[in-house]
Amino acid sequence: MTPHAMFTAFSTIVIREVRRFTRIWPQTLLPPAVTMTLYFIIFGNLIGSRIGQMGGFDYMSFIVPGLIMMAVITSSYANVVSSFFSMKFQRSIEELLVSPVPNWVILTGYVVGGMARGLGIGLIVTLVSLAFTQLSIHNLPMMILTVFLTSALFALGGFINAMLATKFDDISIVPTFILTPLTYLGGVFYSIDLLPGFWQGVSMINPILYMVNGFRYGILGVSDVNPFISLGMILFFITVLAVIALKMLERGKGIRH
Amino acid sequence: MTNALEIEGLTKIYGDGFEALKGIDLHVAEGDFFALLGPNGAGKSTTLGIVCSLVNKTAGKVRVFGSDIDTHLSDAKLNLGVVPQEFNFNQFEKVFDIVTTQAGYYGIPLKQASVSAEKYLKKLGLWDKRNTPARMLSGGMKRRLMIARALVHEPKLLILDEPTAGVDIELRRSMWIFLEEMNRQGTTIILTTHYLEEAEALCRNIAIIDHGKILKHTSKKALLQQLSLETFVLDTEVPLDAAPELGDFHTRLDGEGALEVEVQKGQGLNQVFVQLDQLGIKVISMRTKANRLEELFIRMVEENAVDSSKSVEGAA
Repeated sequence: MTPHAMFTAFSTIVIREVRRFTRIWPQTLLPPAVTMTLYFIIFGNLIGSRIGQMGGFDYMSFIVPGLIMMAVITSSYANVVSSFFSMKFQRSIEELLVSPVPNWVILTGYVVGGMARGLGIGLIVTLVSLAFTQLSIHNLPMMILTVFLTSALFALGGFINAMLATKFDDISIVPTFILTPLTYLGGVFYSIDLLPGFWQGVSMINPILYMVNGFRYGILGVSDVNPFISLGMILFFITVLAVIALKMLERGKGIRH
Repeated sequence: MTNALEIEGLTKIYGDGFEALKGIDLHVAEGDFFALLGPNGAGKSTTLGIVCSLVNKTAGKVRVFGSDIDTHLSDAKLNLGVVPQEFNFNQFEKVFDIVTTQAGYYGIPLKQASVSAEKYLKKLGLWDKRNTPARMLSGGMKRRLMIARALVHEPKLLILDEPTAGVDIELRRSMWIFLEEMNRQGTTIILTTHYLEEAEALCRNIAIIDHGKILKHTSKKALLQQLSLETFVLDTEVPLDAAPELGDFHTRLDGEGALEVEVQKGQGLNQVFVQLDQLGIKVISMRTKANRLEELFIRMVEENAVDSSKSVEGAA
């Protein structure tokens, strides 16, 4: 395929992904907005006013970056895992397999589709948060870079999950039993300074901690970890997952007999 | 002339150890209308699945218009259009979107894809349904949608795996006419089918596959010349109690009282009628029991089954 043809194939995949999640917007775009509004009201307003300051900021301002990141992570992952698995389930994945689209274009198309939903949700949640607090941005490039790379990383995670899944249960196990606990323990609602030394050490092996803090640094200028280490960690995980996903596509894991 | 498809020593062993293809060789000339026939589980879909990159091969070579799928997969795929046996499109997408999206995967920009999609959706009688979600289509329409989707990038080789399965006779005939027109315009067509009358009506060359081996690979004409026996079913005016003796012709009654007569190659059919007339038996209608290709096919597959069981016994 020529580079122009590859770009057409790539944009076809992205457009199809965007068309899919906008067509079913009550399932994809609305729920995170409602959930995050409840988080802002309950944790930010009601409970947050009794907690006082965290990391030098009022509690509402402290949790906003984490909640935005939580929505981005969940949505990027969910978009790719459900879309790709549904294509496997309906066998419409064969439309791609018989075509000359290179594997890396397929992967990039799905990842960008997942990022489109994740970042779209991130924007919606940010707009909702403005109704509860004022956001001042400390480091815009860091904020944008962190959120884009995190979205890409979890879209890749969703892709691998979908490749390995053989039934619908398999696509909910990782989000429920791995992603959600890691996100909640990733410093969304608290600074790890509050934890005893041992648990601070344990928290440092949670990759989501780096993403939440990198993003928080971009907005508030405070972080439990060095923001550049955060970026390095995200890039490292992206590379590892992208190599795994491409190997799986090459071998046709779960999609070719 | 270039071969549209060349297969050499193609082998497929599935993960459970089942050997679906045992080193088959096959070639299909450019412009041919070719049928790959075989009973269920013979290896037809596995063969086509490997050609279309839906199945990983264990060994062997596959070339599409000279492009080796191991080294020039993208070139091979550009020349291929595939209509699978099962519906494999997103049921929630609209008909037009399914076809143009497929074109996009081949690198065709939307504007150009829309023109091509309109052409084939109109030819296949689906243009009025272009904004209908695929799940709302009838079974026949879904089959035609898959043909339109396979043709949208104008492939030189069209592969159809049981394209008329479950389609009513009228629609099946209209699909035959469409496929013959595509073939006349230069598209090489390979199909698998259970309807042997379909293969006899459409195809010029035929391969019969069973138990992962090619039993026959020849022209339809040459194949039909091998037919040494044909069975005719005669409906008599008065139902018969027993099959009459008709000299060299082997006769029997079928379950419904009609007379079955086996006619060997070289025997004149009018001899049957002369003898029936002498016996005072009046025939009111006549038909062949199975179409000619079906007779041959059944015999070859049965013979292969016997050979296979002998070799198993020998090995034991």
